[in-house]
Amino acid sequence: MIYTDKVMDHFANPRNVGTLPDADGVGQVGNPVCGDMMTFYVKVHDGKLADIKFQTFGCGAAIAVSSMVSEMALGKTLAEAMAITNEKVAEELGGLPKNKMHCSNLGADALHLAVRNYRDRAAGGTAKMAVGGEHEPEGEGEAEGEKTGSCPYCEGPLEGFEELCACKHCHTDLVECPACGKYTKKAEAACTHCGAALSK
Amino acid sequence: MKRIYLDHIAATPLGPGVLEAMLPYFGERFGNPQSLHSEGQEAAEAVAGARENVARLINASESEILFTAGGTEANNLALKGLALANRAKGTHLVLSAVEHSSVLNAAKSLEKSGFTTTLVPVDQDALVDPAEVEKALRKETVLVSVMLANSEVGTIEPVAEIVKVAKARGVLVHTDAVAAAGNIPVDVRALGVDALSLAGDQFYGPKGGAALFLKKGTRLLPLLDGGIQEGGRRGGTENVPAIVGFGAAAELAAAAMAERSARMTALRDRLIEGLPRAVDHIILSGHRERRLPHQAGFFVRFVEGEAMLLSLDMKGFAASSGSACTSKALKASHVHLAMGFDHATVQGSLVFSLIDTTTAEDIDALIEAFPPVIDRLRKMSPLYTEFLKEKGR
Repeated sequence: MIYTDKVMDHFANPRNVGTLPDADGVGQVGNPVCGDMMTFYVKVHDGKLADIKFQTFGCGAAIAVSSMVSEMALGKTLAEAMAITNEKVAEELGGLPKNKMHCSNLGADALHLAVRNYRDRAAGGTAKMAVGGEHEPEGEGEAEGEKTGSCPYCEGPLEGFEELCACKHCHTDLVECPACGKYTKKAEAACTHCGAALSK
Repeated sequence: MKRIYLDHIAATPLGPGVLEAMLPYFGERFGNPQSLHSEGQEAAEAVAGARENVARLINASESEILFTAGGTEANNLALKGLALANRAKGTHLVLSAVEHSSVLNAAKSLEKSGFTTTLVPVDQDALVDPAEVEKALRKETVLVSVMLANSEVGTIEPVAEIVKVAKARGVLVHTDAVAAAGNIPVDVRALGVDALSLAGDQFYGPKGGAALFLKKGTRLLPLLDGGIQEGGRRGGTENVPAIVGFGAAAELAAAAMAERSARMTALRDRLIEGLPRAVDHIILSGHRERRLPHQAGFFVRFVEGEAMLLSLDMKGFAASSGSACTSKALKASHVHLAMGFDHATVQGSLVFSLIDTTTAEDIDALIEAFPPVIDRLRKMSPLYTEFLKEKGR
């Protein structure tokens, strides 16, 4: 089996699945191009996450990660929730296969976006949901030329990976710069090639 | 728990008698077929017998069969061997967009030494139109390669018609028949191809026993420089046990073809008709009629393939998927994308491929186990929630 028992447990019996129609904050990341999409709903009471629900379209790892993130964050303060890192989620799950590490990144991101959306609403914002993603969803049938280049981190060739989410060699999460089209590390705030700001 | 194995395209179990045929060649009959002594000649005879069986399966002559270590090697040998041997005639290749990666990547490798490739598009059923192949041909085209059947979607391509189009222009044709041979009738003379790849592990033979059919008189540059084995076109001591097993499987396949194919088709249709009755928003992938008798692939909307595979595995079913999450490279199947489906749909890829021992009870058990698996995953899916919201509007 490619997954740990803990991952399989969270996949088979995910905690906190669902939606919250009266959520105080909603965050969504990913899209089907990369294979995974997660939506987190949070209810905040006295500065703590009183309720969390999630929905995930994705692989076993993505579902297990979402479930684990929800469990780790439930009842925690907003600051504690924002401090949940991708590494901690993967660690709690007893590790993830290398090529599935980017799923764990999505889970924490979705939770953080939901908290950010709550804070934004508390400050008078009107957005019903905070959306982040590695890519904008592609138009249907849109033919995109294959991009070539190398991974900015391990130098591995990225040839033919026109719908790339992560380097297939070092599994670093990558994002395509909307300005210059080159790949840069998803964690960067700005494109390392042309300096354009990367939306989160 | 009873396991129900529905992943023929990944691997088949050995057919009856195949292992027994192979075993002596791991043991007392260990000789090298190139040796002149009795031990060697015993092995040489076994290889010759296997060659005869493989040739008969596809209506070829024994001298036209080159044993290889697998379908990937056979495809590489065909693409590179034929292209490089005929380089003086031109450097253009025509392939379909749904070829196996061993064909597509062999062509990519040839591009580095000056070849160019045209990929012929397919329709929504993954079918190649011979007229599109004709349009792609150029004066400098040396080779057309279109697969006989696609394992991911099951579609059987009109290779004989494609050969006609190519032959009218004097262009060589290779077909990757790895998914087809041993499962549907394959006749190299009727097809008219110059080269054809086949592999025993797709019809109850062992891994490591495969071949390239190369029409008599066709020039080929070897990939491996070595000894005089396989007429000097594929050096290296023969993998005698695998070749013997391949031959035994070919003999079985030829004898069982009609009966096996009819039985598989009935079971396949039971699944193709039954599954969409059990679960809604499910699309058959590939051509409804022109398809492999053992293959039934679907796109299940709003859920992802790997999650379905894991869930089914927990219930005792082995299947496969072309979703991005399932692939180690995190990339959706190029076959599914070439058919024009969007990413969300192809992520729901689920492929069942039946084996010889699959029963109607197995199919019914799958149809019964399937709805709760999909219900559970859809309840978790934001895409399904969105869909229901849209529908309710």
